[in-house]
Amino acid sequence: METYTLIVLTLAATLRVATPLLLAALAGMFSERSGVIDLGLEGKMLGAAFAAAAVSAVTGSAWLGLAAGVATALTLALLLGYACITHRGNQVVAAMAVNIMVAGLGPTLALAWFGLGGQTPQLDGAGQRFRELVWPWAQQARDVALPGLLYAELLSGHSLIVYFAAGLVPASAWVLYRTRFGLRLRAVGENPLAVDTAGISVNGLRYQAVLISGLLCGVAGTYLSTAASAGFVRDMTAGKGYLALAALIFGKWKPWPTLGACLLFAFTDALATRLQGVALPLVGVIPVQFILALPYALTVLLLAGFVGKAVAPRAIGTPYAKEK
Amino acid sequence: MISLYRFATSLFVLGVVSVVHAGNFLPAIVYDFGGKFDRSFNQSASEGAERFKKETGVAFREFEITNAAQREQAMAQLAKRGATVIVAVGFTQASAVERVAKQFPAVKFVIIDAVVDLPNVESVNFREQESSFLCGMAAALASKTGKVGFVGGMDIPLIRKFALGYSEGAHYVNPSVEVVENMTGTTPTAWGDPTRGAELAKSQFGRGVDVVFHAAGATGLGVMQAAADAGLLSIGCDSNQDYLHPGSVLTSAVKRVDVAVYKAFMGAKDGTWKPGKLVLGLAEEGVDFSLDQHNRALITPASEARLRQAKADIISGRLKVSEYKAQ
Repeated sequence: METYTLIVLTLAATLRVATPLLLAALAGMFSERSGVIDLGLEGKMLGAAFAAAAVSAVTGSAWLGLAAGVATALTLALLLGYACITHRGNQVVAAMAVNIMVAGLGPTLALAWFGLGGQTPQLDGAGQRFRELVWPWAQQARDVALPGLLYAELLSGHSLIVYFAAGLVPASAWVLYRTRFGLRLRAVGENPLAVDTAGISVNGLRYQAVLISGLLCGVAGTYLSTAASAGFVRDMTAGKGYLALAALIFGKWKPWPTLGACLLFAFTDALATRLQGVALPLVGVIPVQFILALPYALTVLLLAGFVGKAVAPRAIGTPYAKEK
Repeated sequence: MISLYRFATSLFVLGVVSVVHAGNFLPAIVYDFGGKFDRSFNQSASEGAERFKKETGVAFREFEITNAAQREQAMAQLAKRGATVIVAVGFTQASAVERVAKQFPAVKFVIIDAVVDLPNVESVNFREQESSFLCGMAAALASKTGKVGFVGGMDIPLIRKFALGYSEGAHYVNPSVEVVENMTGTTPTAWGDPTRGAELAKSQFGRGVDVVFHAAGATGLGVMQAAADAGLLSIGCDSNQDYLHPGSVLTSAVKRVDVAVYKAFMGAKDGTWKPGKLVLGLAEEGVDFSLDQHNRALITPASEARLRQAKADIISGRLKVSEYKAQ
């Protein structure tokens, strides 16, 4: 029973940790499928995390925070689009510029506005955060043997954004494979000339893709600062944007495999926090350093052995020029 | 890319330091990762410097590092621009202090939480195990499940010192208590990751822990938030953090970094400053547990009496707390 509880709690933590990764990875999927490398995930998320925490702290409403986070990420996405799509700039360089700019701008603005050394105030008022939603009868169900605990911990008790992210996977799969927009999006990432010949605007499609990416990054950033923690601190994305990009490649730019990759990364992370100082059968207590390195070691092993070849969209990274 | 970044960083360092004009007596302070407003370790240092400024009217220079390369540059620049005494907060600054102190033998240096053996350096250390011991006692006394937790920041001997004292204190009250220990990471980013702190705390709550002590700088803010969200108890660290979540913060292992900084500045000003090692414990009021209006209701009179008794016993030497030694 104890082991079972531990497993369920680890899985619940996996969902919480996977949420920002999944949102960012799906954001990257839309952008990259259209042929625009999305290295700016990190910056867009961080910008959104800052804006969401700042607005929520001032107005006391997490929803206004979400709106601000999304607006910020959309603005950054437009900026990137302007540089990379309209002006055909180098996508990697532009994205890195945005990442570095946001990493400095967030703490600087926070210092100027709140005077708390680059942090926003702690969000602890009612309604300032996206708190866990407890489903009906979750407390009572906890005592009903196995399925009860599964219901109480795994299904119930997450923030709204976690459920949104979960619903987003089938939704993006549907958009990508079942709609006209999805077909065109995939085509523009493989062969923009063909799309152009068919009389569809390549740049228009790419702008739409980049904006979808901005929207999702905005939600991911908001999750970090108003749901997973209570406020913005310097560099709080801590490389999650890059990890999401790795998950996207791991998932071969497809929604469901990407979900699997995000869950795997999150699971190793959740496992790492729980294995510390726990005596395992046969081996005893494993040193902390080894446990902390486990997610990364596992990632390398899996990427090396089990994924096979990941083929990127063919036109990725190349700006489209109409006249050649 | 990296070298460009370094270049930009050094420009930034030059820019910040050159604004301040040279004076006669000029104290300076360099904070560690986590930043001046971590509501914990660095903030305590900053409060000491502010107190000095308020009492003497002497302004001080300060620098918040954002990457490891800045430490030495910042210190060297401060020394070059006429700082009389430079306080380096945090053990990670030790190697930078060692190098810069050799270059500027006339400048007084103070390193907190590390030992640098040079004729112009004062090394201030604390017996954190003593306050951690008392917090361990408080945790075990308040725990209903008999399980108490510890979340450390970066996995270093200093944090192990907290963990060992805490565990000893908890076992002193209740020999069968279970102490669950977690470290956030092995790099300095482990001081500023509240999301991970909250996740570690939640994992401990899942294992039945109902009081969690953090020694993790800004990461600890996440730990305390998670405890408050779950309606459980947390114990603050370095600064008195009882006010952060009244009713959920049981007590704080206070480390008077502010006193150390204040004394260093004052001593340097009066000419009483001495290089060498200074170790502050319960007896010197360098460490303590906190009790104020925010946690008054959480500590019962009986618990308080036991804590005070243990504190007196540690000071008198009747109660020995072991100090963690790195192998």
